[in-house]
Amino acid sequence: MGQRRPKLAVWKFSSCDGCQLSLLDCEDELLTVAGAVEIAYFLEATRVEIRGPYDVSLVEGSIGTPHDAERIRKIRQQSKTLITIGACATAGGIQALRNFRDVEGFIRAVYARPEFIDTLATSTAIQDHVKVDFELRGCPINKEQLLEVLNAFLNGRRPVVPPHSQCVECKLHGTVCVMVARGTPCLGPVTQAGCGNLCPRHDRGCYGCFGPKETPNTAALAKQLTALGWNDADIANAFRSFNANAEAFRREGDVHEG
Amino acid sequence: METRTIKVDALARVEGEGALYVRVKDGVVRDLKFRIFEPPRFFEALLAGRPYGDAPDITSRICGICPVAYIVGASQAMEEALGVTVPEPVRKARRLLYCGEWIQSHVLHTYLLHAPDFLGFEDSIQLSKAHPGVVERALDLKKTGNRILEVLGGRAVHPVNTRVGGFWKAPARGEVRGMLDALKRARDEALATVRLFGGFEFPDYEDDYTFVALHHGDEYAIDRGRIVSNRGMDIPVGAFEEHFAEEHVAHSNALHGMMVGAGKPYLVGPLARYALNYNQLSDLAKEAARDAGLPRVVRNPFKSLVVRAVETLYACEEAVRLAEEYEAFDPAAVPITPRAGRGTGCTEAPRGICYHRYDLDGEGRIASANIVPPTSQNQKQIEADLLGVVQANLHLPDDKLKWRCEQAIRNYDPCISCATHFLALTVERD
Repeated sequence: MGQRRPKLAVWKFSSCDGCQLSLLDCEDELLTVAGAVEIAYFLEATRVEIRGPYDVSLVEGSIGTPHDAERIRKIRQQSKTLITIGACATAGGIQALRNFRDVEGFIRAVYARPEFIDTLATSTAIQDHVKVDFELRGCPINKEQLLEVLNAFLNGRRPVVPPHSQCVECKLHGTVCVMVARGTPCLGPVTQAGCGNLCPRHDRGCYGCFGPKETPNTAALAKQLTALGWNDADIANAFRSFNANAEAFRREGDVHEG
Repeated sequence: METRTIKVDALARVEGEGALYVRVKDGVVRDLKFRIFEPPRFFEALLAGRPYGDAPDITSRICGICPVAYIVGASQAMEEALGVTVPEPVRKARRLLYCGEWIQSHVLHTYLLHAPDFLGFEDSIQLSKAHPGVVERALDLKKTGNRILEVLGGRAVHPVNTRVGGFWKAPARGEVRGMLDALKRARDEALATVRLFGGFEFPDYEDDYTFVALHHGDEYAIDRGRIVSNRGMDIPVGAFEEHFAEEHVAHSNALHGMMVGAGKPYLVGPLARYALNYNQLSDLAKEAARDAGLPRVVRNPFKSLVVRAVETLYACEEAVRLAEEYEAFDPAAVPITPRAGRGTGCTEAPRGICYHRYDLDGEGRIASANIVPPTSQNQKQIEADLLGVVQANLHLPDDKLKWRCEQAIRNYDPCISCATHFLALTVERD
């Protein structure tokens, strides 16, 4: 008999399923991963449910209902290591835009019978509710980074996931700066690397889906965006997207709110 | 009087969170509810006030499995509202991108989520131990679907290279043609898939469905067409809201789709497309369907597995065709001047038609939005199927009945993340 395989659980909260799909999208590695761990709970992939405790829990999605706020506490108690994956889990996701508005009004706008809906006024990150051991950013996450994080935790080391900006990634890849060369507004200077500088490689400014980098200077970027012709509404709108409720982006968005 | 209680608290191998409740008394199903408890995310409301260009990227986050359906539907609606038409090369590039989504989504669902039911495995990992070659083929096919999304869209989940009016950067001809070897291999793998699934045993169940799908005379409808049914409906996309409505019921966070006036369920997705658009399938896809024993119209929802494989084959062939004739286009997107207007868009997401409508103010900001995803539309039909399936299978022991119900729900490849816009099953037998 070999060693007991670590038990992996994948949990879903309010989300689009895209980040857990990234695990299934590891076509070349999926069967190897499935061999290295015991998949103890992963509803999107299997009917098998093995009781906790779990060695590693991957958590996708944000907390948006009283029920979910309770559920994440129980999952934390059952998990040796808890890793959040994706912008919903690390920052509240696109649905955190409701934190800036009147939720009663939202419910009335979407549902004909608002009394049937049980929801919190805010959508918040997992970190706001329980201790998180590692946050993997992105909307969606990068699957190579997911494999690195899994590999690291299964081997008792810290994952190599740089907290520097998209700008560094663009330079490393030799991608021409869209802001300098073309005057295209870009959130790259304040956004964490990890996607593979996708937008600049497609002649598009970064839209911040990996959330704030370490110590971002959002005010300096806002000045540059103004110089490129954006007004306050444009700037607020840019910071208020998939990571709207991440501290640095929330503050800068508030500054430019109309 | 017989009293039995079956309970499933969370349905597996679907995208999102849901539950099923069934109460049986004296051998008759008295109550049945397919519940969606995925928390609501209020997409329509949070779009309000944002610029038109945000709609494709934001609505793609409704679903990580079918983002292209949202990107293309929202883009079409905005283009109509803004009075622009995308040139044919752009439309074809979107169709190629969409083929990628059909391939990866159908393969994910058929092989990894649905096929294990037919072979008695809990999941695809167990399946891979018994039949490694089958799962390896599935993963290779899925990877090719994702490769299309990456080459055309920049990444597989939530592509970045698409925009209202076209693309940010026209995909390079060499990269698109560079996929051809993999696409041709995928076509062979898809053909083998139709044969494999055709040999499965299917539960004996049929219904006289009302099928609704897009239809286009020149091609198997994916990205364009009129909305048609097998009951004589034939309407432009813009008339959708006159004919279909959403009803909000207490047991679900998803809105239930209904046909105005009929109050009866209807079915969208592979069975509907196959029935209404059979003539537009390729010769190879028709031949594969015949060889797999599919009739001209499939009324057994469990056989949707085979129909998805036929559609995967079609999507691979179509991707080969589109990649072979692909030339980079310039400009990458048509220029747009913001203005007030209203526009609608509708495409065939892997699970069925997905409808968008937006109203814009004079500066091109979103004044109102309405999005009707396929799983909302199918929800009533899923309940109707479950009623029939439970009633026909009351002789089964609880665990088998439960599994059969799950399988019946998976027939719809329900994307519950989309519909809330997952699943626990409770069966009470008094």
